[in-house]
Amino acid sequence: MSRELDVAGWIFVAVMALAAVLVPFATLGTPDGAALHMPTYLVQLFGKYLCYAILAVALDLVWGYCGILSLGHGAFFALGGYAMGMYLMRQIGTRGVYANPVLPDFMVFLNWHSLPVAWWGFNWFAYAMLMMVLAPGLLALAFGWFAFRSRVTGVYLSIITQAMTFALYKEFFRNDFGFGGNNGLTDFKDILGFSLQSDTVKVGLFSISAVALILSYLISRAIVRSKYGKALIAVRDAESRMRFLGYRVENIKLFAFVVSAIMAAIGGALYVPQVGIINPSEFAPGNSIEAAIWVAVGGRGTLVGAAIGAIAVNFAKTYFTGALPEYWLFALGALFVCVTLFFPFGVMGMISRVRFRRRRGEVATETAT
Amino acid sequence: MNEENSKLTSSLLYLDNVQVTFDGYRALRGLSLALAPGEMRAIIGPNGAGKTTMMDVITGKTRPDIGDIYFEGRHDLTTMDEAEIATLGIGRKFQKPTVFENHTVNDNILLAAKAPRTVRAMLGAKGSAEINQTIAHILERIRLSAVRERLAGSLSHGQKQWLEIGMLLAQDPKLLLVDEPVAGMTDAETAATASMLKEIAKEHSVVVVEHDMAFVRELDVKVTVLHEGAVLAEGALDQVSADERVVEVYLGR
Repeated sequence: MSRELDVAGWIFVAVMALAAVLVPFATLGTPDGAALHMPTYLVQLFGKYLCYAILAVALDLVWGYCGILSLGHGAFFALGGYAMGMYLMRQIGTRGVYANPVLPDFMVFLNWHSLPVAWWGFNWFAYAMLMMVLAPGLLALAFGWFAFRSRVTGVYLSIITQAMTFALYKEFFRNDFGFGGNNGLTDFKDILGFSLQSDTVKVGLFSISAVALILSYLISRAIVRSKYGKALIAVRDAESRMRFLGYRVENIKLFAFVVSAIMAAIGGALYVPQVGIINPSEFAPGNSIEAAIWVAVGGRGTLVGAAIGAIAVNFAKTYFTGALPEYWLFALGALFVCVTLFFPFGVMGMISRVRFRRRRGEVATETAT
Repeated sequence: MNEENSKLTSSLLYLDNVQVTFDGYRALRGLSLALAPGEMRAIIGPNGAGKTTMMDVITGKTRPDIGDIYFEGRHDLTTMDEAEIATLGIGRKFQKPTVFENHTVNDNILLAAKAPRTVRAMLGAKGSAEINQTIAHILERIRLSAVRERLAGSLSHGQKQWLEIGMLLAQDPKLLLVDEPVAGMTDAETAATASMLKEIAKEHSVVVVEHDMAFVRELDVKVTVLHEGAVLAEGALDQVSADERVVEVYLGR
């Protein structure tokens, strides 16, 4: 990691930490209409971006540093989101339309009489939290174990990750799969006893998301700077060399993949209470591809660039879909083409590479004299 | 049979009747070879003789259809994968220099150096004065001390070849397989590489595959000539180059 990137990373951490502290103040501590007042809808919007940024950092860890272009990371994000959604559903209790104390509304509607086993325990937050990590973690472990052991790499791996998320997309659509089918999970009331409608909770979720993003960044940073991180990059650049050096390449990949999946899932779990709904469309293959675009725009293999890319592209998306809705997809496509053609290393990659080239030039002149 | 057995147990590397077929093409047709501990061997042969395929079957990249490959008389290499074989102590240098271009010269050696290779050990690994010393020592031997902090990708072709040799030294294998180490090198670099390899051969067993006859002469070791996936002749360079069959298939052209 170059020095410039490291500086950019610390600036980013500082900005996020400030946001985590100052946004609650700007929202709750100032009256409506004051110069610094931040309306809660904006807080929720940015909270959503931060969750996407966590997903982007997670994706960058495997794509940027290990060369695994996962086009299925949206699935891990969505699984984390579903685990949180299931907890929130069970908190509704008798306040649902059918007022069933145990069964969520959609189950009553489907004429179910008992809670499916998969839903047991989700009334406890600790259990739900465990599942947020365990379900996507185990999926990534199983998927990665087979894929990396069979030495599926490159575009073939990308395609089967797409297949994975598409399979889940189809499965979650089915009513009898037991997770709300087409409509997904929604109408949440409260989390840990606090109403999701209250400004305090909304702002609190924003701050927690900012902290989670900081932690995701710092954990990923520690990973890529360790000797394991060097091995990760080495696998990306010359996989067979690593095998002939005696490294178990599949284990190296698997660890990064599982950590990344869990990180993405935490992003998804924080996303759901802020947007108030989780449905199968979160598994749509397009979502995962969009996440790869955020990382490409910000600069893969930079971590901080991935986070910035996610926030910037989604900000642009919000603007475009509001102002010029019919042009958003064209804009996204154009962005991807431009980045690929002119900034193959993304925004952050450009910065560190220009500086790097300059420094390498200095070295060359030194040796020449 | 008894003679075969003693040959097996006394050899560091033992190949017997190894056959490999790719889509009907018989790359190795009953290759047999025995390498004594501490020996340095040069392998020559025309293109398509099976030199690289031989490296591949020894290092686990390719599985032979039939035949035995034993290391140190007891490890059956035909049942192991690349990482296991590397861990046993067989290092390999590719024909095209393969270094980690985005890592510094220092980190290339660091990754190759003997150390626990599990994810957990690497996550907690700390640099030490000892490993720094080892790296410095190796860089001196491969003449790259001055470029220790440079990215490997910015090295010249010859320097990359040396770096890869240095990585093998750091790996400290019992047996080194070196595939065309002087391809694309200048004469001065070739001479330096020859002395580097001879130095290495003092402490390691080495198999060198090479086209460059001047280089093979400089190594001054026993030569095995491969032709159409089997051994054609074996002995000192002068002896095999006097062999009529060798002259016909290889040297004569």
